[in-house]
Amino acid sequence: MTEVSVAKESVAATDDLVVLKDVNKHFGALHVLQDIDLTIARGEVVVVIGPSGSGKSTLCRTINRLETIDSGSITIDGKPLPAEGKGLARLRADVGMVFQSFNLFAHKTVLENVVLGQVKVRKADKAKAEEKARALLDRVGVGTQADKYPAQLSGGQQQRVAIARALAMDPKVMLFDEPTSALDPEMINEVLEVMQQLARDGMTMIVVTHEMGFARSAANRVVFMADGRIVEEATPDQFFSNPRSDRAKDFLSKILHH
Amino acid sequence: MFDFLEGYDVLGAFWTTVQLTLLSAVGSLVLGTLLAAMRVSPVPLMRGFGAAYVNIVRNIPLTVIIVFTSLGLSNIFGVALGAADDFDTKFFRLAVLGLSAYTATFVCEALRSGINTVPVGQAEAARALGLSFTQVLTLIVLPQAFRTVIGPLTNVLIALTKNTTVAAAIGVAEAALLMKEMIENEAQLLLIATIFALGFVVLTLPTGLLLGWLGKRLAVKR
Repeated sequence: MTEVSVAKESVAATDDLVVLKDVNKHFGALHVLQDIDLTIARGEVVVVIGPSGSGKSTLCRTINRLETIDSGSITIDGKPLPAEGKGLARLRADVGMVFQSFNLFAHKTVLENVVLGQVKVRKADKAKAEEKARALLDRVGVGTQADKYPAQLSGGQQQRVAIARALAMDPKVMLFDEPTSALDPEMINEVLEVMQQLARDGMTMIVVTHEMGFARSAANRVVFMADGRIVEEATPDQFFSNPRSDRAKDFLSKILHH
Repeated sequence: MFDFLEGYDVLGAFWTTVQLTLLSAVGSLVLGTLLAAMRVSPVPLMRGFGAAYVNIVRNIPLTVIIVFTSLGLSNIFGVALGAADDFDTKFFRLAVLGLSAYTATFVCEALRSGINTVPVGQAEAARALGLSFTQVLTLIVLPQAFRTVIGPLTNVLIALTKNTTVAAAIGVAEAALLMKEMIENEAQLLLIATIFALGFVVLTLPTGLLLGWLGKRLAVKR
């Protein structure tokens, strides 16, 4: 066991999957991302936390270019992020994304949602794609809902389908943009459990969230953002027990005192 | 009382109206969808073309467009649409072209309003999967947009059915042309007008009811 984990760590240390360098972005006068430098290694789970409006969702969305950046560079698996077009579409297929509002295709069944990308982007055989989709739906615990429409499912179920839909593309990295923020409290755990399982399976994950419990238990690293900057990066233990910056101390004191 | 109907092919004339309507409906649906795709495309030139086409064509009276297909396209530019010798077919096809070109602008705008009702997250999720612009539009956005605008499109179809009467201006033997001929020949103005008015109601009323039902059935639940 020890050998395996040591081997894994040494690979992870040299194998950078997502690299952001000097990334800047403005929304009009608002400088929403300021000189962001962030490197995510293969197999690493990075949780991005911070107050609302700190730019963490925007950061997440720049990684598959749903938001463009004004300056700096983003590389994924050694390749710089291409401009709009076929190259970008290919790259997006390798980057799974889970949204706050699920965004399941409303006119397609759950199964069709998970099959679509495999068939239309990966050009997979339809029968094989369905088989894989059903297996993934079983894995996230919504196998029995395959023939329903998204509106017939609870929020937690929808979000798990959205995770299955992203996984169906065999992504190199998964982006989670506040995946539990739109859920009723009792449904948050079912989604977090799927994400925790994914983390244990070695998926590279970038997770924007307010779930401090998830950050503690599943993250390799916590990135704390405020006012468009990365203020602090640390292991979850260090960050939660001994934050270095005043901004992080202030943030934690506000959310952890209940 | 209905003796005056003898010698007139009223049903045949309405059949021509139906054919004009259906062919122009298909034509305008295809062209209108292309125009809507252009108007939401990321390419500025396409957006510009779509906007210019819609704003120019929908503001020209249909009569002018229909007459132009005959006097302009056909007489000056020699466009015959594959029927140079058969006048009836040629003018019928020219009328379909004119009606399609005109109605497409209204289809485009109805569809564009439908596209605006599809939450932006739907397109984002599709793009995040790696679908191309065309795939996002044809697989995700347009199918949802169409379902929300069945109502407005029904209005366009009903207007189109009645607008086919303008084809009489270039001599297409549809209902309105026959009505004009009958009114000139028979002393039964009110009765003739009523018959033709009812004829159009018979065509458009079931269309409206059927599509209204379809619109409810196909509505996307969110």
